[in-house]
Amino acid sequence: MEQLKTIGRELAMGSQGGFGQSKEFLDLVKSIGEARSKAEEERIVLHEIETLKRRLSEPDIPKRKMKEYIIRLVYVEMLGHDASFAYIHAVKMTHDDNLVLKRTGYLAVSLFLNDDHDLIILIVNTIQKDLKSDNYLVVCTALNAVCKLINDETVPAVLPQVVELLGHQKEAVRKKAIMALHRFYQKSPSSVSHLVSNFRKRLCDNDPGVMGATLCPLFDLITIDVNTYKDLVVSFVSILKQVAERRLPKTYDYHQLPAPFIQIRLLKILALLGSGDKQSSEKMYMVVGDIFKKCDSTSNIGNAVLYECICCVSAIHPNPKLLEQAAQVISRFLKSDSHNLKYMGIDALGRLIKISPEIAEQHQLAVIDCLEDPDDTLKRKTFELLYKMTKSSNVEVIVDRMIDYMISLNDNHYKTYIASRCVELAEQFAPSNQWFIQTMNKVFEHAGDLVNVKVAHNLMKLIAEGFGEDDDTADSQLRSSAVESYLRIIGEPKLPSVFLQVICWVLGEYGTADGKYSASYITGKLCDVAEAYSNDETVKAYAVTAIMKIYAFEISAGRKVDMLPECQSLVEELSASHSTDLQQRAYELQAVIGIDAHAIESIMPSDASCEDIEIDKNLSFLNGYVQQAIEKGAQPYISENERSGMSSINNFRSQDQHEALSHSLRFEAYELPKPLVPSRVPPAAVASSTELVPVPEPSYARETHQSASLPSVSDAGSLELKLRLDGVQKKWGRPTYSSSASSTSTSPHKTTNGITQVDGVSTSNSKARDTYDLRKPSVEISPEKQKLASSLFGGSSRTGKRPSSGNHKVSKAAEKLQVSKAAGAHTDAAVEKTNHEPTPDLLDFSDSTVTSTAPSIDPFQQLEGLLDQTEATSTVNNGPAGASKTPEIMGLYADTPVSGLTSSVGDPVLTNRDDFNLASELSNATRTSQVGVSQSNKGPNPKDSLEKDALVRQMGVTPTSQNPNLFRDLLG
Amino acid sequence: MIRAVIVINTQGKPRLAKFYEFQPVEKQQELIRSVYGVLSSRAENVSNFLDAESIFGPDTRLVYKHFATLYFVFVFDSSENELAMLDLIQVFVETLDKCFKNVCELDVVLNYSKLHTVLDEIIFGGQVLETSSTEVLKAVEEISKCLFCPSPSFCLNILFEGGLYTCSCLDWND
Repeated sequence: MEQLKTIGRELAMGSQGGFGQSKEFLDLVKSIGEARSKAEEERIVLHEIETLKRRLSEPDIPKRKMKEYIIRLVYVEMLGHDASFAYIHAVKMTHDDNLVLKRTGYLAVSLFLNDDHDLIILIVNTIQKDLKSDNYLVVCTALNAVCKLINDETVPAVLPQVVELLGHQKEAVRKKAIMALHRFYQKSPSSVSHLVSNFRKRLCDNDPGVMGATLCPLFDLITIDVNTYKDLVVSFVSILKQVAERRLPKTYDYHQLPAPFIQIRLLKILALLGSGDKQSSEKMYMVVGDIFKKCDSTSNIGNAVLYECICCVSAIHPNPKLLEQAAQVISRFLKSDSHNLKYMGIDALGRLIKISPEIAEQHQLAVIDCLEDPDDTLKRKTFELLYKMTKSSNVEVIVDRMIDYMISLNDNHYKTYIASRCVELAEQFAPSNQWFIQTMNKVFEHAGDLVNVKVAHNLMKLIAEGFGEDDDTADSQLRSSAVESYLRIIGEPKLPSVFLQVICWVLGEYGTADGKYSASYITGKLCDVAEAYSNDETVKAYAVTAIMKIYAFEISAGRKVDMLPECQSLVEELSASHSTDLQQRAYELQAVIGIDAHAIESIMPSDASCEDIEIDKNLSFLNGYVQQAIEKGAQPYISENERSGMSSINNFRSQDQHEALSHSLRFEAYELPKPLVPSRVPPAAVASSTELVPVPEPSYARETHQSASLPSVSDAGSLELKLRLDGVQKKWGRPTYSSSASSTSTSPHKTTNGITQVDGVSTSNSKARDTYDLRKPSVEISPEKQKLASSLFGGSSRTGKRPSSGNHKVSKAAEKLQVSKAAGAHTDAAVEKTNHEPTPDLLDFSDSTVTSTAPSIDPFQQLEGLLDQTEATSTVNNGPAGASKTPEIMGLYADTPVSGLTSSVGDPVLTNRDDFNLASELSNATRTSQVGVSQSNKGPNPKDSLEKDALVRQMGVTPTSQNPNLFRDLLG
Repeated sequence: MIRAVIVINTQGKPRLAKFYEFQPVEKQQELIRSVYGVLSSRAENVSNFLDAESIFGPDTRLVYKHFATLYFVFVFDSSENELAMLDLIQVFVETLDKCFKNVCELDVVLNYSKLHTVLDEIIFGGQVLETSSTEVLKAVEEISKCLFCPSPSFCLNILFEGGLYTCSCLDWND
């Protein structure tokens, strides 16, 4: 209402003195608000700009009007229109003596101008003057502007004044001076580096507010260099202690919590200082433990402090007692109905899990709930957590989940991120190559254009090299399964380019290797690809080369090659292509087809992509040829160095070296073009596409050697063209399984134990997981969820206990095998085969408790424990389901004093509201009724709005009936 | 540090935009648009946090709060605490509410410069300056006194009525 009174008064005065501009502004705002389309809004704003331009060019504008114009211009620029024509007026306004005008000027200038704008130079002088002003409001205004407008060039001009203000009598000024100095430090650390000690000094300021302000720059400084501030640990701890013990004046309380923002800042600093430093950490334990106990967990800000405590505890040298307290807070966060707290809980869990991995287990169901939450933010945070706790036992579940989520995403930024995470995890923890390839296929299929090309390299390398074990049958199995999966996928529309490249390469190398598919079938498919992606040259190049390989293998196998008609037309089309690369490939293909089997054998050996190519740099195989030529009278070859020494002017090839010798006018520079040395690390993006193209490098290299042309090119080429197989780490393997396979000891008496029987009952290819399903009737929570929980968290219990004894491991292995055997005994041999696949996840549960003597019934006990937990959480979750729909605002207000908010006297709801706030503090149950109240609360608000509306009408502005929202109370 | 404070209404119109690191006008519009795009697609009872890296670049987070017809958005980096920022939004809105008595969108639109004054007393150069709405209000009132008198500290004619300062020595035209 206040502003309407203001406007009203201004209007009243307007009739006398001509201050009617506010109505114009109001009209502008209203008409923009009511604009039906973007175009209409555009028109209105452009009109406004025209008006303002005209007005500003008038002479002798009254200052008050000028202020109004400037504000309108700021508004116009916020809407996205250029107001640069008026910048100079804003600058002029900063020179004014009147504080209001000065403030407006500074506001406009700091919103309009970047710190390197030309006009800034006109303001620096004013700022200098204002910083010395007697009126502290002017000083504050100038300090505010300084933060935005001063850059490293202009810092020296104002620095002395700002430093002087650090000793100003008003604490508000000291505080702002500190913060301005901090801003200078952020913008150009070098210019204020000699003043850094001031921050330390001000830490001892009498005013807690000033002290609090110094914490921000100190935090930045400590982040960069921890060691120089170790001596401050004691001071920080004692400050924090004083704050937590409420030694600060009451005015620093916020929602009954003593200076929470200062506490948060201090905890952040302590986390930095205590990280990896046992001595410093020990000094902090007391105070952090105190805060854990004292902090009010019902208010938002209280939880913020608690969260910061957890961050601190997980960063400093671990202390079991504090970790326990942190774990308690986390479980409270996770059990909360508020998504915000869940989010913080997941984040905190991710921090704590590094120190005490076992904590995740207690919260498995909460984590899974978060994973399935419709809230994207929460989901992503949970994936972050899962990423941190991935190990070989749960990688399959986690990556599957990630991929599912990735597929559902539209946001490319995050898609790229999660795809790279999937790849990273798969490379690190893949339980089997089969799985790795399938996973990669999925990632490529759905985010192929977003992942690093290096990933494609790794995949091709894996398929080509196999397991790294000397198991040829497994290798070929892997390849045929890859080929099969690619033939299935290849028909799908719009595959990413990188993926197609991999597909083409694999089909070319191994498409016909197992004899399952005919050459014409594969080449037909490849032709289809080349045709379907006719504007992707890289893919076409891959396809043509793959076709060439297929034909070459056919010929060397002694079969007759019939080129498909579509293949023929493709080759013809490509040999006339604008791309020389494609042309060459097409010609090569034609040439290869004409060669006999023996020659092909040597230029295009099958499955030789991983073989090292020896390069004869001296081209010794040409010696005979050269000898012959010399005998026939040809000139012998003179090396480049010799020639340049012999002053040959026409030699273009050594021009560079030449210049160095013959010209005298040369001031260094002109770097010699470096010979193309292929970096070991496969270059990303641009380079890599060319890098991958020439896959059949053996043929290249050898061909050129034979024809003896372009020796240097073939040299560099053969180095460069090779599919890079080195430098890629061998990360995958199947450690657990292979070990268990070796120990085949089975103790027959154990077939009686629970698991094996259950297992026997279930269907033939049951993994042990399915045992859950048998217990379905007694389960309230969906079995999938539990399955997920067990597969996600099962491993962690094992890792927690594994180191305890060495023979544990053996017994575990025996157990595992025994289970699979027993299952196999009941069914047919196929079961055994399936059991040869990665360890069933449920077994991980048993691992923790099973010893060789005690039969493994424990998993069920664990399961039951799990059920209890789930029931508990489910009731918690279901109970306040209605309440969770309560608007957040109410939740937040529940614990704040309401008086300030609904202060209008005589508001009938005021008492009501008070009651309910009390009630809400008492129990959750009333929250539902609160919803009702909050609605009834909105009752009087229309009244207020009507009053406002009426006032606006009075002022002669058309009513905003179309835009009643404008009158809705924000804190309704 | 806090990177930006943005207030947009539920139709996507910006009501206040303050970037603590300079952004050209076009970029500002683009950022506001993308923020609105994400916010408008969020359900009602989900968390108030958003991953802002795709919009504002690395190491940025976003906290927003929906009040009636307005979204209040704070963008900041990892040196701040999400829950604390949420409370800071609350402080901002509470202060506005005290300033304007049942603040509504219209107040926000019409008192553009006052909004900036309030915000400047809460956030200074990207750092949290003051979190007590009473203190903020005091500072703002100190400044608004000047709205009605050019030299408030020496003026004897300032009157306080109905939460407003007036001064009879008002003379703007000199």
